[in-house]
Amino acid sequence: MNASHQPVSDADHVQSKCADDVLQEARVMPQIPAGLGYVLTLYVASLSPRSVLAIRSVKEVCEKHLGGQYSLEVIDIHERPALAKSDQILAAPTLIKRLPLPLRRLIGDMADEHRVLIGLDLRARADGSDPRD
Amino acid sequence: MIQPDQALPAPGIAKCPTGIVGLDEITGGGLPRGRPTLIAGAAGCGKTLLAMEFIVRGAREFDEPGVFMAFEESESELIANVASLGFALDALVAGQRVALDSVQIERNEIEETGDYDLEGLFVRLGCAIATVGARRVVLDGLDALFAAMPSATIVRGELRRLFRWLKAQGVTAIITGERGEKALTRHGLEEYVSDCVIFLDHRVHNQVATRRLQVVKYRGSRHGTNEYPILIDAAGFSVLPVSSLGLTHQVSRERVSTGVASLDAMLGGQGYYRGSSILISGTAGAGKTSLAIAFANSVCSQGGRCLYWSSEESPDQILRNMASIGFDLQPHLDHGRFHCHAVRPALYGLENHLVRLHQLVGLLQPDAVILDPITSFVAVGERFQVQVMLTRMIDFLKAAGITAVFTALRQGAEPAYLERTDEGISSLIDSWLLLRMADAGDHRERLLSVLKSRGMAHSHQVRELELDATGIAVRDAATRRLPG
Repeated sequence: MNASHQPVSDADHVQSKCADDVLQEARVMPQIPAGLGYVLTLYVASLSPRSVLAIRSVKEVCEKHLGGQYSLEVIDIHERPALAKSDQILAAPTLIKRLPLPLRRLIGDMADEHRVLIGLDLRARADGSDPRD
Repeated sequence: MIQPDQALPAPGIAKCPTGIVGLDEITGGGLPRGRPTLIAGAAGCGKTLLAMEFIVRGAREFDEPGVFMAFEESESELIANVASLGFALDALVAGQRVALDSVQIERNEIEETGDYDLEGLFVRLGCAIATVGARRVVLDGLDALFAAMPSATIVRGELRRLFRWLKAQGVTAIITGERGEKALTRHGLEEYVSDCVIFLDHRVHNQVATRRLQVVKYRGSRHGTNEYPILIDAAGFSVLPVSSLGLTHQVSRERVSTGVASLDAMLGGQGYYRGSSILISGTAGAGKTSLAIAFANSVCSQGGRCLYWSSEESPDQILRNMASIGFDLQPHLDHGRFHCHAVRPALYGLENHLVRLHQLVGLLQPDAVILDPITSFVAVGERFQVQVMLTRMIDFLKAAGITAVFTALRQGAEPAYLERTDEGISSLIDSWLLLRMADAGDHRERLLSVLKSRGMAHSHQVRELELDATGIAVRDAATRRLPG
């Protein structure tokens, strides 16, 4: 693991036992520097069928629609509970789109590609509204 | 002194003491151990504070570390909010006695893309519990989850799982939720918490706020079912278990001087009964406060302690005025025998005054308490409420064996009116003195009579009360009115 690409700063949130856990993550195309593409973090709870489905769906969408211009980090909240706290994770799976702004949280198994694309701001909402309005 | 409602722990239910004054009495020892308790109430009624005090006292007094998970406030807000109560929350966090976690979700950041669960919540809670070895958990404002998450169905399912999980963890938990229009809480949290439900209420009457607490449900345990007044002050949360005295309190045969020898003579020659309740009512300027102070002075001079509760005059004013009729209270004040609590009744709700009285009596352990005058409480509440509060005060003081003197202002001079008590407490009073002003030819005089005095042969004559620089004296009114 290359710590310099670790997108989440957990230094301030170290909680003894929890934070000492070994970091285990699957990283896809970590070489893309932030700013040139999408920076995504997918939080899952163990390798449950729902987690597997979410990881596969996100990878597919990224390959299909982002053409390699992204970095995706997959984190198991059971392995990294301190990150779940600092990143305000409640639901699993949760995909955080850090860049480009605005930050979005996509929750669910990502099976609904249409909603995933909306969440990634790759497709306009049906009513054209910004959810922040 | 305080008599809880039948508060003995029932066998079978283990209790987790909250350490909160009064609450453990009402619940017969605390909250159900290892189970969740729901605290419901409107915004601003003290839910967060009650929950936080449970955590802080658990960590400090019962060696039970705790986790406080907030759904509405940030960690720094939590620490700042309770700092004024002397809860050094940051120190407890630094010492790993308490873990805080603040759940902050912007609903408009969220896009739902399929099926999910709330495992993130479980993981965070589990991590916090493991970090401090928590025995207590608070989920404050849990119903905010419904606003944060798009699917109420998933939230409901996960809440059911959460409460099962909490029980499996063996932690004693408090869940707080906003009061609902139709149900107890807005999102029906009571559906998931079946063991113990506490309701907090916040009412404003005549621009004075009072808070109350009620244990709505406590499975497997007896509990007081009344609404209990609560007070939030520098010491935290206090619940006042007020039980009706019944008629079982011990009465004293001992007598205490009224501080006026000639008045003692009118009361069977020996003065009031110790631990009895005395009412001095009368028109303005008739000498009510003077008679009350004479008694206070007498108690203090014999080494006793007296709490003087003034609703109208400042301590300085009382000292000055009483010095003018020969009572020097300053030495008693200096020695801590005379304690003056001066507060405008309209400043707080009735319940707050009641709680304060309990606190002061607990602190000072007085032999006598004087409330001067009780009529000013009428400004604070409805007549019935005032009557209830005064009844509780009288009951409380009687049960504690404290001699209590109440003064009451009467308007108008008609005897029929004077002999009424607006406060409706005359039946609880043991000795009742009536003072009034009367025209006596070229001057006005103060007339004193004993309307009643239980358990003693007392005078039925109307006497004249004389105040001068040497003190108070009661004389036969006829001697001056009919010279020769």
